[in-house]
Amino acid sequence: MTYEPLDLLSELESESIHIIREAVSELERPVLLFSGGKDSVVMLHLALKAFWPAPLPFPVMHVDTGHNFPEVLEFRDQAVADARLRLVVAKVQDYIDDGRLEERSDGTRNPLQTQPLLDAIAEHRFDAVFGGGRRDEEKARAKERVVSLRDEFGQWDPRNQRPELWNLYNPRHRPGEHVRVFPLSNWTELDIWRYIERENIVLPALYYAHEREVFQRDGMWLAVGPYSQPRGKETVETKLVRYRTVGDMSCTGAVESDAYTVADILVDVAATRISERGATRADDRMTEAAMEDRKKEGYF
Amino acid sequence: MTTLFRLATAGSVDDGKSTLVGRLLYDTKSVLADQLDAVERVSKEKGLGIVDLALLTDGLRAEREQGITIDVAYRYFASPNRNFILADCPGHVQYTRNTVTGASTADAMVLLVDARKGVLEQTRRHLAVAALLRVPHVIVAVNKMDLVDYDQATYETVSAAVTALADELGIEHAVVIPVSALEGDGVVTRTVHAPWYDGPSLLELLEELPVADETTGERFRFPVQLAIRPQDAARDPQHREYRGYAGQVASGIVRVGDPVVVLPQGRHTTIAGIDTADGELDSAFASQSVTLRLADEIDITRGDLIAAAEGAPEPTQSLDGMVAWLHERPLRVGQRVLVKHTTRTVPAIVSDISGRLDLDNLAPEAADTLQLNDIGRVVLRLASPIMPDEYLVSRRTGSFLLIDPQSQNTLAAGMIRGDKAFSAQATIGLGQFWAWEI
Repeated sequence: MTYEPLDLLSELESESIHIIREAVSELERPVLLFSGGKDSVVMLHLALKAFWPAPLPFPVMHVDTGHNFPEVLEFRDQAVADARLRLVVAKVQDYIDDGRLEERSDGTRNPLQTQPLLDAIAEHRFDAVFGGGRRDEEKARAKERVVSLRDEFGQWDPRNQRPELWNLYNPRHRPGEHVRVFPLSNWTELDIWRYIERENIVLPALYYAHEREVFQRDGMWLAVGPYSQPRGKETVETKLVRYRTVGDMSCTGAVESDAYTVADILVDVAATRISERGATRADDRMTEAAMEDRKKEGYF
Repeated sequence: MTTLFRLATAGSVDDGKSTLVGRLLYDTKSVLADQLDAVERVSKEKGLGIVDLALLTDGLRAEREQGITIDVAYRYFASPNRNFILADCPGHVQYTRNTVTGASTADAMVLLVDARKGVLEQTRRHLAVAALLRVPHVIVAVNKMDLVDYDQATYETVSAAVTALADELGIEHAVVIPVSALEGDGVVTRTVHAPWYDGPSLLELLEELPVADETTGERFRFPVQLAIRPQDAARDPQHREYRGYAGQVASGIVRVGDPVVVLPQGRHTTIAGIDTADGELDSAFASQSVTLRLADEIDITRGDLIAAAEGAPEPTQSLDGMVAWLHERPLRVGQRVLVKHTTRTVPAIVSDISGRLDLDNLAPEAADTLQLNDIGRVVLRLASPIMPDEYLVSRRTGSFLLIDPQSQNTLAAGMIRGDKAFSAQATIGLGQFWAWEI
C-alpha cells in the first residue's frame, strides 16, 4: 500500500511544529521573537498550533528599535491580547537614553538591536530563542542550523557548528549558553505567502498596497515619518506602495505595488526579480557580509 | 499538488559542484537580479573572465576569501510541481561529516564525477556513505563533458565504472547522466551537445523521482514529544480535562480505533482520537505532526513510544550500531555518552568498538578508537531502554545521535545495525564484516 506524500505546505507546517515542540520539551525557558512582521506572525501561528488546546507555554519578546511603524506596534499588541500572551519588550531607546548605545550617523537602528536582545536573554535567563529567520533570505542564513548554539557572549561561530542529522535536534548547552531555534528554516518567501493565504492569517495592513508619502534614497522608497525625513535633493511623492519586510522605519523600504490582497501578492512574489532583503533593507546592502557580521555578534 | 523533495550534493574538490548548484539555481530562475548583480560584481573584482556561479553558494566571508566551501549550505529552488531543498555539502575537509549530514535527510544524492578523471577514491567514499545512510536515490552526474568534447565513449567508460561500483555497494537506484555545469548542458534543459544521450536532464530526473514512501509503508511508530494537559490553563473550559500526546508520526499510518502498545511500559490500549489544531482526523501517516488521545489512562511522558500493537519493537538496553564519528576528540571504549534516539535521551557507556570500516575497500579493520570522520561499529550499554528499529527498516526510528554529557556537543551519527546496509544486495566481500559477532 502506498500513500500520497504530504503537500508542500503541510509538510513544512508539520516540520516546524515538530521543531517547536522539540525545543520546548528539551529546554526550560523558551521565548519567541515577535515583531509583527509576517515571518514572526506565521511562527506564532505555528507555535499556537503546536500546543493546542493548551495555551502557548512561553512568552514572546519584541526588540523595539523605537523606530517602528505605529500600525505594526498596534498589531503586535492586538495579537498579544488575542492569544493572551505574555510580552517582553526590550527597548533600544532606553539604551540610547542612558548612553549604553549611541545613535549611528546613518540613523539606522537595526544593528543596535543586538545588545538589548542579548541583555534581555540574559536577564530573563531564556535558553531557547525562537526566531523567524529563513535560509532563503540571505547567504549567511543559508549556513544556519535549525537549532543553532550561541556562546555566553551570544556569538555565532559559523565555522564550528554542530552537525544536524535526520530530524534529531540537539538543543543541549552549557550554563550561560543558549540556542536560537529557527522553525521556518526551510520555508521560502513564496511558501510563507501561500501559507498566509491558506490559513487566512491576518497581517499588519502595510504589507498590502496603500498610498503613502515616500522619498527615494539608495534606490528604495522610504516612508516620510518622525524617524525618516528627506534630505538635500530628495523629494516627497505620494505613491501606491507596500512593504515586503517590516522593520525599522529608517531603513526599511517600500516597493511600488498595487497588490491589495494575498492573491495579488502571490503573483507579485512569484514574478519578482529582486530578493526581499535586497529590495527593502538598507542595512543588508552595506557590505557583502553585513548579515554574517551581525549574526556573529548575536543578532537575530 | 506541490511536494517537497530534499537532495544532497557530493563530489570531490574540483568536480564543479558549486558551479552545478549555481547553474540549477540560475537556470530555474531561483537567483534574483540583485543576488546575481552581487556575484557579477565580485567576479569582476576578482578578475575572473566569467560570472562565477559558485559565488552564489559560498555564503561565508572565509569561503569567499579562500574560494572554498566550508560548511553545508541549504539552497531552495522550485520547478512547477516540486520545491527542492538542496544541502550543498563541501567535498574536501571533513567530507564524511558534511556528506553524512546532508545525506541523512536526503531523498536523493547528486554525486559529481569529473568526466576526465572518472571514478576516484572520493567517488567510492561518497557512494559508500549514500549506501550506509540509505539515501533512496543516487544520481551520478558525469560533469565537465565540455572538456572531453561530449565524447560518448568517454562517458560510457565512466558510466560503466560508476554503475559497477553502485552494484558492488548494493545501491539499487543509481542513475548516471552526462552534464556540463559550466555550459548548462543537460542540467535544467536537455543536452544539445551530446545527441547520443536521449535521457532526461538532471532537473527532469529530479522532478520525476518518487518521494520515498518507505516510511508510510512501515509499521506505525509515534515517539511522544510531550503530553498536552492544559488543565485550568485551557482557553476553552471544555478542554480542562484534555489529555493528549503530541508528536510526529515517524513511520506507518494510524487510524482511530487502532490497537497500540505504549513502550517501554508495555501497556496496550486503542487510539481514541487524532487531533490537530484544525480539527480531528480519521487517520494520520508518516511525517504528520498530530496529538493522539488514548482509550485508557496511562502514565506517558516524553520519550515513550506509541506503536502498532502488532510487530512493536522490543525495548532494549543494548545498542549495536554503525556510527559516523564527527568530533575531533576520538571515541574510546568505556566512554560515557548520551544516546538520543527519537525523542528519548539516555546515558550510555561504550562497551565495545567492533572495528572501523575502511571506506576505500569497504573492508572492516580492527580499531581501538574512532577518529574524526571514521565510520565504525560500536556496542553501547544503556542506562534505560530505548525502542529501536533497524536503520534498514526506518531512517527515523533506526537513527541516533551520540552527545557529549559535558560539552553537550553532538559527537556522532548512528544507525542501528547499520552494518546491514551493505549486506543485502552487495556483491563485494563483506563476509568478514558481516560475520562480526558480538
